[in-house]
Amino acid sequence: MNPNGSPVAAPVIEVDRVCFAYGPVSVLQDVDLSVQPGEFLGLVGPNAGGKSTLLRLILGLLQPQAGRIRVLGQIPRRARGRVGYVPQHPGFPRDFPISVQEVVLMGRLGLGMALGSYRRTDRAAAACALAEVEAADLAGRQIGTLSGGQLQRVLLARALVSDPAILILDEPTANIDQRMEGEIFDLLAALNARLTILLVSHDIGFISGYVSRVACLNRTLLCHATEAIDAAAISAVYGSGVRRIQHRQGRPTRSGATGTTDAAREMTDVSV
Amino acid sequence: MTEFIDAVGRHGFLQQALLAGLLASLGCGLIGPFVLVKRITFLAGGIAHSVLGGMGVAVYLGADPLVGALLSAVLAALLIGWVRLTWRTGEDTAIGALWAIGMAVGILFIAHTPGYAQDLMSFLFGNILLVPPRSLWFMAALDLLLLAVVLGGYRQFVAVAFDEEFARLRGVPVTFFYLLLLVLVAVTVVLMIQVVGLILVIALLTLPAAVAGHWTYSLAAMMVAGTLLGSGLTSAGLALSYGPDLPAGPTIILLAGALYLSSAVLAWLRGRWRASPTLPAARA
Repeated sequence: MNPNGSPVAAPVIEVDRVCFAYGPVSVLQDVDLSVQPGEFLGLVGPNAGGKSTLLRLILGLLQPQAGRIRVLGQIPRRARGRVGYVPQHPGFPRDFPISVQEVVLMGRLGLGMALGSYRRTDRAAAACALAEVEAADLAGRQIGTLSGGQLQRVLLARALVSDPAILILDEPTANIDQRMEGEIFDLLAALNARLTILLVSHDIGFISGYVSRVACLNRTLLCHATEAIDAAAISAVYGSGVRRIQHRQGRPTRSGATGTTDAAREMTDVSV
Repeated sequence: MTEFIDAVGRHGFLQQALLAGLLASLGCGLIGPFVLVKRITFLAGGIAHSVLGGMGVAVYLGADPLVGALLSAVLAALLIGWVRLTWRTGEDTAIGALWAIGMAVGILFIAHTPGYAQDLMSFLFGNILLVPPRSLWFMAALDLLLLAVVLGGYRQFVAVAFDEEFARLRGVPVTFFYLLLLVLVAVTVVLMIQVVGLILVIALLTLPAAVAGHWTYSLAAMMVAGTLLGSGLTSAGLALSYGPDLPAGPTIILLAGALYLSSAVLAWLRGRWRASPTLPAARA
């Protein structure tokens, strides 16, 4: 069952026994994941656990060494046009001479004419996307003058402007304060009415109030609840508001630290 | 100065020199901002110096050195681009190697071409007063090519310069546009060799764009301002050098350098002046 209670539809993202390694370093091993239409899936796990790598595989920026990935029934490269992506670290220098409006317009590339300038419909869509993330007043600002929270809204607008079916976010609130974090998540919860959302976070305590399901990744995807779980269930496992993840070895590892070794690459089950 | 304006009216070669400066300025205005924001100044320098190889071979074979320059510049750009895309880490070394090898090849061929030794200086430092009309047409054609390609693919070039990964996700053929950008840099280098020579090209390619970048806030504005600044600098440099009979290329570059330094200081002062009263507000 998906969270809307409608009959089970074809999954929008299907990851089937995927393995990936950077050279000799295995990052993902036999990972299975399936995301249903309309879900808001939180993908949690310690740093260096392979969360970002899994996202990059789903986006088709990396190729798996084994296994199969389908996005909207197609190989990732073909489905890219209908996926919006908000990266963890913006891949651009902050002093780049460009306005917020121009950055958001880039999300329209690949739609319509290949050559020439943006069309009126593109500009209307950019204005619309900025309004949706409550950043319409930033349109004329230089990208370098934005605060962390404002930049995150703009990157969200850039991902939304192509009217995607799936929204993928990698630690969207890593660089902003908690009040802003709440605002961004309220925004995502509203967007979830029309979009499937896959969100990576190391902060399960916070996202539990918003997501419809949580998957934990640390090299292998250990827990993968098929039923929707609520905030209480997650709090019961992780402790309410506690920003840490307990590992089986009994060695507490702060979720923000990179102290996980291969030996510790195992996660607490979140069985519900 | 009046002496110069007088002379321009009387001498066709000065009119041609002015025109050559303007034609080169369009190239530096269009491509300079990309070199700047993409931080490929060293790469552009490598392309510029390796061009001597092509020019040397061309004069040895009795062909037009500009054609040799164009071929070797494009070849160097594609080679460096290929190294960067394939190995990433080897880029610096590859640029340094092409830089030196290109110049060595050029010097060898020029040394074995009788009577061409004096041309070496004009290849290296430019000779804007001796630009033949044929070269002006060649430069105009390169300008048209640059303008058409940059306007046609403007969105894609900006996207690739800004955020390669996101451009790739939006279906932009990033590798193609990156290599095309390097080829455009190569074309621009050839465009400016007549005016300031291949050693000084890098200054004219980056300094007007950098000055424009101090005071404008979009790539398009940088292109317009960079072209105007380049035109002003080449014309003023030519005028200043005419009276005391100085070489025009180095005069243009020193003017550009002086303008860049004063602009950088002014921009820094403006930044401090703006930052001080708003600091408490930003914290609140």
